[in-house]
Amino acid sequence: MDLSLVLHIMVAAVAAGTPFVFAALGELVTEKSGVLNLGVEGMMLVGAITGFIAMAKSGSLLLAVVSGMAAGAAMAAVFGVLTLTLMANQVASGLALTIFGMGLSAFLGLDYTSFALPGVAELHLPLLSDLPVIGPLLFSYDVLVYSSVVLFVAVSWFLYKTRAGLLLRGIGEAPESAHALGYNVIGIRYLAVLFGGAMAGLGGVYLSVAYTPVWVEGMVAGRGWVSLALVVFATWRPLRVMAGAYLFGGITIAQFHVQGFGIEIPSQLLSMLPYIATIIVLVVISRDQQTIRLNSPASLGKTYHPENQ
Amino acid sequence: MKSLFGLLIPLCAVLLALVMGAVMLFTLGADPLSGYATMFGAAFGSIEGFSETAVKSIPLLLVGVGICIAFRANVINIGGEGQMVMGALLATTVALLFPGVPSLVLIPMVLLAGAVGGAFWGAIAGALKAWFNVSEILSTIMLNIVAVQFMNFLLRGILIDPAEVARGTGIPQTMRLSPNADLPILIEGMRMHLGVVIALLVAVGAYMLLWRTSMGFRLRAVGYNPDAARYAGISVPKNVTAALAFSGAMAGIAGAILVFGSESHRMVTDGGSTGFTGSAGFNGIVVALLAGLHPIWSIPSALLFGGMLVGANALQRVAQVPSALIIALNGLIVVFVVSSEYFKKRYMESGRVDVESDAEETEEVKNG
Repeated sequence: MDLSLVLHIMVAAVAAGTPFVFAALGELVTEKSGVLNLGVEGMMLVGAITGFIAMAKSGSLLLAVVSGMAAGAAMAAVFGVLTLTLMANQVASGLALTIFGMGLSAFLGLDYTSFALPGVAELHLPLLSDLPVIGPLLFSYDVLVYSSVVLFVAVSWFLYKTRAGLLLRGIGEAPESAHALGYNVIGIRYLAVLFGGAMAGLGGVYLSVAYTPVWVEGMVAGRGWVSLALVVFATWRPLRVMAGAYLFGGITIAQFHVQGFGIEIPSQLLSMLPYIATIIVLVVISRDQQTIRLNSPASLGKTYHPENQ
Repeated sequence: MKSLFGLLIPLCAVLLALVMGAVMLFTLGADPLSGYATMFGAAFGSIEGFSETAVKSIPLLLVGVGICIAFRANVINIGGEGQMVMGALLATTVALLFPGVPSLVLIPMVLLAGAVGGAFWGAIAGALKAWFNVSEILSTIMLNIVAVQFMNFLLRGILIDPAEVARGTGIPQTMRLSPNADLPILIEGMRMHLGVVIALLVAVGAYMLLWRTSMGFRLRAVGYNPDAARYAGISVPKNVTAALAFSGAMAGIAGAILVFGSESHRMVTDGGSTGFTGSAGFNGIVVALLAGLHPIWSIPSALLFGGMLVGANALQRVAQVPSALIIALNGLIVVFVVSSEYFKKRYMESGRVDVESDAEETEEVKNG
């Protein structure tokens, strides 16, 4: 195995992991506030097609990103109204959102089936990108990949270094206490849900505009669900979300190279690998219930009734 | 009182979704009223149409009934797609192994194989939840993807039609399966086949299981309050696994019926899951939620969604309206059903319901 191949796999793994970084970090913030939104897949799909259409019509990446995020947030707003205002079951509402998103994105994307976009050019940083090894490894991506890293830093900083982040986590742990202290639990949860939606939408845009810039119905292909699994895998910690996303990206990419090493495994069996690996990782993580209970927001998935206080 | 109000909510949800659908139809430049007339006319307006609707409803009903059982035990089974695929694969294998067995034996055999395949796939997720605390929501989704790749592997490998290999076309499908396993047509010249009867029997059977057996009582007890159930000596892990196994078995039967009730009498893959299941694994959840997680109410619910699928095809033919509209409508219906919980609660709090039905409603709300 030569160095350039390893480098190639690592670079590809980062690109493959980036949609998970967006979606899983967004979901992490939502879950930290105590809300479980299972609609990530649907929000990603709607974000993907909206961004795709915006890109196809305007050619502006900024517009694609903004509209994709807005679409994801709009989907999340529906979820917010259902679960926070109407106090519906979060699991059922999240499923509904995903099913709705699958239909809506297929519907919106009809005229764009197999339509190809030019993609997003990599940023070429003078000097840095030309460095050997480090150049391709760190400075050979498009602007969205760098944004995802910025997002990671921002989310980590927000959650653990700001007052607002502390409040958000506090609401996830004990909404009643936050309510008693005079904080608007529902309002803050709305913001967290909307943020999660916007990030899922952005993850979708990255997929449809940059990663594989061709519209195919259902192109998110389970990545929203994997993002949900990543949050559990990461025991609700941003750094581990990031690591998990690139790890999953790496496994996804590695399967394309296994045959290159002369190992004869049918491609279908190889493409099961990332998902089987996810299940195994979930088994390993979930066995340690103490860590899970310690790190998962205590009120996660539970409907909060302000009038019951 | 309870039944009247219980019926009102799904009806309102469907109506609201149809109104939203009308808006979408209008924006597409189609006349909403004639569009809906086309849809429902095609689905329910003739015996032929209804036969088509009934056939489309079979997988929806079976998966939906399975979802009822799982959700009642507070197990969220999103693995219908994978369980259908695994059931169909095992049933197909049985039909390929024993092509000579007479129909009277072979049909029950393949249906049983379907149930076993689906139950096995469901039980994996169940056991992972029961003994390893792995969220079944995530594991069933992952198992869906694994099952689809396994199907692609088998249908491109050992199960492929030898004629495809000989011709070099390599379409990933089995050979025409033994005619002995064909599900008999119920009405001459129409598509309605034995699968309809089987699905109805399963729905009734699931109702009996849930409310007339101690097994069903245990499942519901575990779903309603696992701590109390444990205290009463009911094994929570076993019942969680059982719930997913039952749920998977029904999806597996649906998968088998899709193969042996199909017009080509083969199992075919297009590489994804929807090509085989038609997303019934997901839409079954919609069916069950609309039916208030009741197996018997799932029958009209499945017919409605089956009819919408048939109608959507007609709409596409007649008015060039994309059938994806209907998937979006399905989602809207769930959105409205889910949101109706709030109004249900408000209604109950207004004190117009007698105590007994109030308790039952609360149980349904919690399970929903």
